[in-house]
Amino acid sequence: MGLRNFVDKIKPTFSKGGKLSFLHSTFEGFETFLFVPNTTTKKGAHIRDCNDIKRVMIVVVLALIPALLFGMWNIGYFAGKTGLSAFWFGFLEVLPMIIVSYVVGLSIEFAFAQKRGHEINEGFLVTGLLIPMIMPIGVPLWIVGLSTAFAVIIGKEVFGGTGMNVFNPALLARAFAFFAYTPHMSGEKVWYAVDGVSGATALDYMGQPGATMEGFSACDAFLGTIPGCVGETSTLAILLGAALLLFTGVASWRIMLSVFLGGLAFGYLFDITGWTEYPAYYHLLVGGFAFGAVFMATDPVTSAQTNTGKWIYGFMVGALAVCVRVMNPAYPEGMMLAILFMNALAPLIDYFVVERNVARRKRLIKNVK
Amino acid sequence: MSKNIKLRKGLDIKLVGKAEARLEVAPMAKSYAVSPLDYENVTPKLLVKVGDKVEVGSALFFDKNNPRILFTSPVSGVVSAINRGEKRKLLNVAVEPDQAQQVKEIKVVNPAKAERSEIVEMLLESGLWTRIVERPYGIVANPDATPKAIFVSAFDSAPLAPDYNFVLKEEKANVEAGLALLARLTNGKVHLSARKGAEGYMESIKGVEYRTFEGKHPVGNVGVQIHHIDRIAKGDIVWTVNIQDVAIMGRFVNTGKLDMSKIIAVAGSEAQKPCYKRIISGAAVESIVGKVSESVRIISGDVLTGVTTAADGYIAAQANMITLIPEGNVYELLGWAMPRTHRFSVSRAYFSWLSPGKEYKLDTNLNGGERPFVVTGLYEEYLPMDIYVSYLLKAILVKDLDKMENLGLYEVLPEDLALCEFVDPSKIEMQQIVRDGINLMIKES
Repeated sequence: MGLRNFVDKIKPTFSKGGKLSFLHSTFEGFETFLFVPNTTTKKGAHIRDCNDIKRVMIVVVLALIPALLFGMWNIGYFAGKTGLSAFWFGFLEVLPMIIVSYVVGLSIEFAFAQKRGHEINEGFLVTGLLIPMIMPIGVPLWIVGLSTAFAVIIGKEVFGGTGMNVFNPALLARAFAFFAYTPHMSGEKVWYAVDGVSGATALDYMGQPGATMEGFSACDAFLGTIPGCVGETSTLAILLGAALLLFTGVASWRIMLSVFLGGLAFGYLFDITGWTEYPAYYHLLVGGFAFGAVFMATDPVTSAQTNTGKWIYGFMVGALAVCVRVMNPAYPEGMMLAILFMNALAPLIDYFVVERNVARRKRLIKNVK
Repeated sequence: MSKNIKLRKGLDIKLVGKAEARLEVAPMAKSYAVSPLDYENVTPKLLVKVGDKVEVGSALFFDKNNPRILFTSPVSGVVSAINRGEKRKLLNVAVEPDQAQQVKEIKVVNPAKAERSEIVEMLLESGLWTRIVERPYGIVANPDATPKAIFVSAFDSAPLAPDYNFVLKEEKANVEAGLALLARLTNGKVHLSARKGAEGYMESIKGVEYRTFEGKHPVGNVGVQIHHIDRIAKGDIVWTVNIQDVAIMGRFVNTGKLDMSKIIAVAGSEAQKPCYKRIISGAAVESIVGKVSESVRIISGDVLTGVTTAADGYIAAQANMITLIPEGNVYELLGWAMPRTHRFSVSRAYFSWLSPGKEYKLDTNLNGGERPFVVTGLYEEYLPMDIYVSYLLKAILVKDLDKMENLGLYEVLPEDLALCEFVDPSKIEMQQIVRDGINLMIKES
């Protein structure tokens, strides 16, 4: 194999003692991307399942594609275009954001891996795509870059990198941009960025007291022909991704289901008590609720890790998101804050679940005596 | 009506090369060896030197931590080599067998009538004591302790594992005698567990607490069975013995002579003719599998928990099978993005789920790089125990003894987490972590 020979030829340059040995992790990152390494099992089980983290991450990226493609078309649609030209228009809007997010994020990841002498972790393949998908259209690219850098450094690397972070890095990027550059992120200014098209999102309506949902039909919200961030508008496209994640078992069905249940339960509660004038299921269709439930809340690293914990965690994410939406007029979108808040609480939930396991074990000792 | 326990969790990995139900007798090997490395936490002190003449049952070395525990020769002959590794660490004592096969005279007592201490002495002197495993920790049993119960699993559920109904076909009287002997060593019960639907003669054995289990691997692991019969709490001591070793003990009592021969399975995709072979414990693997290419890995034991054995090495004392599988030291272009229908995965991110009956020819490739813990909830699906796997492993990694204890380290041995290790996309060396945790516990206690 010609490519393999070439890689083997340049490998010594990047290995210990070679001229470019300081780029060791970077080289290895690219090499393992091209070739599954020839490492064999040394200790423990002699055979291994062929699944690895690269495959897990690539499945998530695939699951994001329907929402991404629809989001691109939707941007064009709201800019007054139709068909392919609408898609092309949106593609040109979103592509720079994706490039900026990947270039900034991956550079930092590579630099940290290099510094630590670690292998490159694949987690950012997902994060790097999530970030542009939850940013409003037309947000300045420097904000995308800055928030990505913040998320990767403060959100992930300071905790020790992939697998160690407390908060979902993509949401942290959005939260950073949201609080540091509020005017660019929400309110009426956002939609001016796209060719003079303006309009508040459905959530802005929902935030107003006594709001009805006239003008946004449930069908529009489900299909996605409503304004919003790139990835979040089409519940249908998101559900396609969810189907892939659930079928492959990459994301937890417990979390996904319980987020929706939590949202429905609290939406219903607000509806019957007269706080809101629209049915509970609207919450699930508009804004970032579905996107958050499927792609953000299910992040295995930052969510609860025990099965019981996942039910509690998911339910509270859904419930909190609806509470923030309804009760706090300052933040029309509650999903981001709900997930971040529950990210912080997840270890506590798990702690109590695991303590019950410990208690069961300690009871054995009493039974013996 | 016998008791049956059904386990839902686990996985049967279907591999090419299952041993045919056909028995061959392996030729006498050029040499046999006893290795302290086959046992955990043994510090060997030699009792022989090169050139010494030994008989079947002659002690070769003992454990300095407990000098009553003797490791004895499986054959008679001459000590041909004392192999040492780095820092003069004893690797094994090799014995070149002679024609006569003299058996050492050991006073055999009748287990039904003798004192418990006499039975213990007899087992210690013959070296058969080393086949009794103590939990927690999976070490050679302490002769001064009395276990709360003894557990014997009558089947092995690991991939390609030998069928003990075939292996022990002719040994019923010996199995019965062995179990009766074990019953004298505990004040509690001797638990015997068979696989539902393949009970063989096990269900007719008297004097034991008999049960059946059904489910997928690791249902045959004695540790998993203990968890569902009578869990190990802090302060408990239980013993376990492999069913074939029970038969060897019974044979010793019944015939009055130590005979370390046993039947093992030779299996795996690279085995020429997968079948069963009668060997003597500790035989050089060459006498069992012949010449093997360098691109083949020889495993003493099964593919999940066995030890890699060199072509000029010896079968591990506890091994009841030898597995031969291809080494996987090759690169695979964009493997992680390919359909990979020739490889197996429990994840539906690949396509093994489309062909549930397919037998796979798996190699030793790690199939990825080691990563931090990322996925959650996966490991627990492959360990039918009330244990949070990643929490236990993390407690071990940070060397927190209290947490290890609280999260269930007393209840597991590395073999119980082998399946979790197999399915892990992060490729974490779980069995080694558990072993390190256990060793730390032993050191600190």
